[in-house]
Amino acid sequence: MKRLWFHFQLVVLAFWCLGPFLWQSATSLKPATQLTRLPPILPQPPTPEHYLTIFRDYPFLHIIINSIVVAAATTLLALAIGALAAFALGPLAMKGRALVLTFVLSVSMFPPIATVSPLYLIIQNLGLRDTVAALILTYTTFSLPLAIWVLTHFFRNLPTELYLAARVDGCTAFQAFRRVLLPLSAPGLVATGLVVFIFSWNEFLYALTFTATVSSRTVPVAIALFPGLHEVPWGEIAAASIVVTLPIVVLAFAFQRRIIEGLTAGSVKG
Amino acid sequence: MAAIQFEHVVKRFGETMVLPDLDLTIADREFFTFVGPSGCGKSTILNLIAGLEPLSSGNLRLDGGRVNALSPRDRDVAMVFQNYALYPHLTVYENIAFPLRVRKVDRESIAAGVQEVAKLLGLDAFLHRKPRELSGGQRQRVALGRALIRKPKAFLMDEPLSNLDARLRIEMRAELKRIHAEYRITTVYVTHDQEEAMALSDRIAILYQGQIQQVGTPGEIYHRPGNRFVARFVGSPPMDMLDGSLLKEMPAFGPLFGKLPPDEVEFGARPSDVMVNTRQEGPALEVQVQTIEPVGRDTWVDGVWKGIPVKGCLASGAKISAGDKAFFHVLFDRLHPFEKSSGQRLSL
Amino acid sequence: MKQRHPRQFLEPLCFLSPALVVLAAVTLYPILYVLWLSLQRWSLIAGGHGFIGLQNYVRLAHDGRFWNALSNTVYFTGVSVALELVLGLAIAVLLHRAFPGKGLMRAVLLIPWAVPTVVSAKMWGWMYNADYGIFNYLLGTQVNWLGSPAWALHAAILMDVWKTVPFVAILLMAGLAGVPPELYQAARVDGASPWMIFRRVTLPQLRPLILVVLIFRTIDAFRVFDAIYVLTGGGPANTTETLSIYAYKILFQTLQFGYGSTLAVVVFFCVGLITLAYLRAMRKAGA
Repeated sequence: MKRLWFHFQLVVLAFWCLGPFLWQSATSLKPATQLTRLPPILPQPPTPEHYLTIFRDYPFLHIIINSIVVAAATTLLALAIGALAAFALGPLAMKGRALVLTFVLSVSMFPPIATVSPLYLIIQNLGLRDTVAALILTYTTFSLPLAIWVLTHFFRNLPTELYLAARVDGCTAFQAFRRVLLPLSAPGLVATGLVVFIFSWNEFLYALTFTATVSSRTVPVAIALFPGLHEVPWGEIAAASIVVTLPIVVLAFAFQRRIIEGLTAGSVKG
Repeated sequence: MAAIQFEHVVKRFGETMVLPDLDLTIADREFFTFVGPSGCGKSTILNLIAGLEPLSSGNLRLDGGRVNALSPRDRDVAMVFQNYALYPHLTVYENIAFPLRVRKVDRESIAAGVQEVAKLLGLDAFLHRKPRELSGGQRQRVALGRALIRKPKAFLMDEPLSNLDARLRIEMRAELKRIHAEYRITTVYVTHDQEEAMALSDRIAILYQGQIQQVGTPGEIYHRPGNRFVARFVGSPPMDMLDGSLLKEMPAFGPLFGKLPPDEVEFGARPSDVMVNTRQEGPALEVQVQTIEPVGRDTWVDGVWKGIPVKGCLASGAKISAGDKAFFHVLFDRLHPFEKSSGQRLSL
Repeated sequence: MKQRHPRQFLEPLCFLSPALVVLAAVTLYPILYVLWLSLQRWSLIAGGHGFIGLQNYVRLAHDGRFWNALSNTVYFTGVSVALELVLGLAIAVLLHRAFPGKGLMRAVLLIPWAVPTVVSAKMWGWMYNADYGIFNYLLGTQVNWLGSPAWALHAAILMDVWKTVPFVAILLMAGLAGVPPELYQAARVDGASPWMIFRRVTLPQLRPLILVVLIFRTIDAFRVFDAIYVLTGGGPANTTETLSIYAYKILFQTLQFGYGSTLAVVVFFCVGLITLAYLRAMRKAGA
C-alpha cells in the first residue's frame, strides 16, 4: 500500500515536470483551426505544418546554428581558461587563492542588468554589435566562476602527491597539468562543460541586447520575438519550443549524473 | 651518484619553524636514513632535496653544485612516495616510462629501459595492467621502477614501506638493499621505524623536532646512543631508565658511579641486557613482577622497581609468574649513563 | 641569506592570468563604467552626455515606479524562494531512497531547469491564455491570468516555482546523500519519530547546503528578468515589473543610459547586501 502511494507521488512529480511540455507538444501538432478552440485537447489529426513553417518561412535553422556555435565556443573557452585557473588555485596552491576564489565567486552573483549598459556601449564601440563574438566573450566570462569553482574542487580531490611525483619525474608545471591532472579530471570537465553549455544555450538578456538581426540571434531571443502579423502564432511558437527542448531532454537523460555532479560539486560535503 | 650537503639549512612554514639548523653531508653512494617520530621534519627534508619546497635560508648542494633555486626537473633526483603516487590513468609500462617520455627519449630506449627495470623488479607480467589492479607490494615495485629507470643522482624515499603489511615490509626491505648494492645510487630514506632504519642504512640521522640528535652507523647508534632520546628511540623494546639517586641507595651499585654525582645521573639499560631470575646472582634490582610476555625466543618480564617501570629478559630455565618478586640483574658495562638535566651521554 | 621563491606566486599567476584578464575586462571594468554612467545624464536619442552627480539617485528616491518595482521584486523573491525551499525539501526527502528508475526521475527533474526560461515562459503564457489557455478550460473559469493586476505576479511566481522546485530538490537530494546513515540509525535506535529525526538530524546536517541554496536562489529571484519579460513584459499596469525589467526598459526603450544605469547600480547593491547578509548568517551557522 505504501508502495502504491510512493509510485503515485512519483507520477504526480513527473507530471508536474513534464506536463507543460506535453501540452506544448500537443499544441504544436494541432492544425491551425483547432488552436483557438478547446475542446479538443488533443490534435485531431496531428499535423506537422507548424514544424515545417518555422524552418521554411523563418530562418530557424540558422538561429539554431548560431546558438550551437555560441554555446560550443563558450564551453571550450570556459573549460580551457577555467582549467588553467583551477590548476593555479588547486594543485599549485597560489598564495592569496582564498581571495581570488572569493572574487571569482562574487562575479557569479552579478545581476546581468548591472553590466548590460556598459557592455552594450563597449560592444558598440568595438563594432561587435550583432555578432556572435560579443555573446561568446560575455558568456565565457560569466561561466568562468562556475567552471573555476567546479574544476578547483575536482583538482583538489586528486591526491596531491600525483602532481609532486610528476614534477620530480621531470615535468614542468604545465606538463604535469597536461599529462596527469587534466586526464584525471575528465569527469569534472564533462560535468562543467554540460552545465556551461546549458547556461549558454538558455541565456536571454545579453542575447536580447547584443544581437539586432537574425544573423547573430540565438534561440531564446528568436522564440521570445516570434513574429506574427495579426495574431500570435501559437502553433509555430509551440513547435519551436519543442524543437529547442528535445536536445535538452536528450542531454538530461544521457548525462543526468554528470550534470548533477557539476551543479553540486563543492557545495556538498565530500 | 652524488653527495648531498646541507649547509646551515633553515626551513620555516610561515610562523612555524620546522628545521632550525640542518648541517650535514650525505656521502656519495651512501644509504642514509632520517629517522624520527611523526612531525619531526623528515619529509620536509626530502621535499627540500627534491626541490618541491624552497629553503628559508642556507645552502643545499647536490654533487658539489648549489641547487637552492633549481626546479625539480633539473635536479635529477627520483622520489618514491609513501602512497606510491602512481598515475592511475596510465599502465604500469607507461608509469615506469613516464620520466623518460617527459624528457623526450626515443621509443626504443624507453622500451629497453622499461624491460630492464621490469625484469629486475619482477614486473614483466604486469606491464599492461593499471595500478588499481595491483596489490600494494606490486604498486611499490612500480614506484621503485619509475624511480630507477632514470638512473638519477639520488633516490629519495618517503616511508615507502609503511603501507605494507609486516611480512611484505621485510621482503621489500631485502629488495631495497639488493637494489642499492647493485646500483649504488645515493639514497636518502625517511622512516619512523627505527628497526627498518637500522637494517637498511649505512648511516642514520635521528631527528627530533627538526633537530639532529645523533648521526652515525647503526652500530654506533645502537651501542653508544648519544642522548636519552636516541637511547629510548632506537632498539626494541625501549631502554629502561634507572634513576641514579635511587640506585645509589644500593651498596652493590656504588662502584658504578665512579666520579659522577649519583643524583645527576640516570642509567639506560636495554631489556635484552637485563637478566631476570628468581634468585640473585650479582648486582640486581628487586622488582615486583606485573606481566609476562612470551614472544618466542625471549620472554619479557615487566615489573615495577621503586615506582619505575622496568623490563627485562627471563633467564633460560627460570620460571616466573605475575605477582612474584624477581631479580633484574644489571651488567655494569652494558649500562648507558646520561646526565639527567641535559639528557647527554656521560663518560664514566 | 634569504631566498625569495617566485614559484609560489608568479608561476601560478601565469595560469590564472587568462581568467583574471577576462573577468576583469568583462566584469570589473563594466561595473566601474556603470557606476560612472549612473552619475551622468546620457540619452542615446538626444546624444551627448553630462556629469550630473547624484541627481539620478535623487530622482530614484522619488520615483514611484522604482519603489513599485522594488516591492514587486521583494514580493516575488520572498514568496518564490520560500515555496521553492519547502517544496524542494519535501521532494528531496521523498526521493531520498533507492528505487528503480531513480536516475530517470532525476533526469525528469532536471528538465524544467535545463530548458530555456524563455521557452518556459512561452509555454506558461499559452497555458495562462485568457481565451485558449488550458488552465481556464480545466478549471472552468474565465480569468485573465496574465492580464489582471491581482493575478499576474502570482502567475509569474507559479511559473518560477514550477521551474525551480525540481532543481532545488536535486541539490538537496545530493545534500541528503551526504548525511552519514549512522546518524539516522542511532536516532532510530534512540526511539525518535520520523518527524523528530527530520528536525534534529536531517535539517542540521543540511543547514550549510540550505543556506548556499538560499543565497543563490534569492539572488537569482531578485535579479529575475527573462521569465517575466517574456511572460508579461512587466504588465499589466506594472504589477509584474521587477527592478531588472524597469531598468531594462529605461535603458533600451527610452534609451536613458544615465538613469538606467542608476537603476542597474541599485540592483547590484541590493544583491550585494543580500549576499553579505547570508554570508553573515553562514558564518554564524559555522558553515
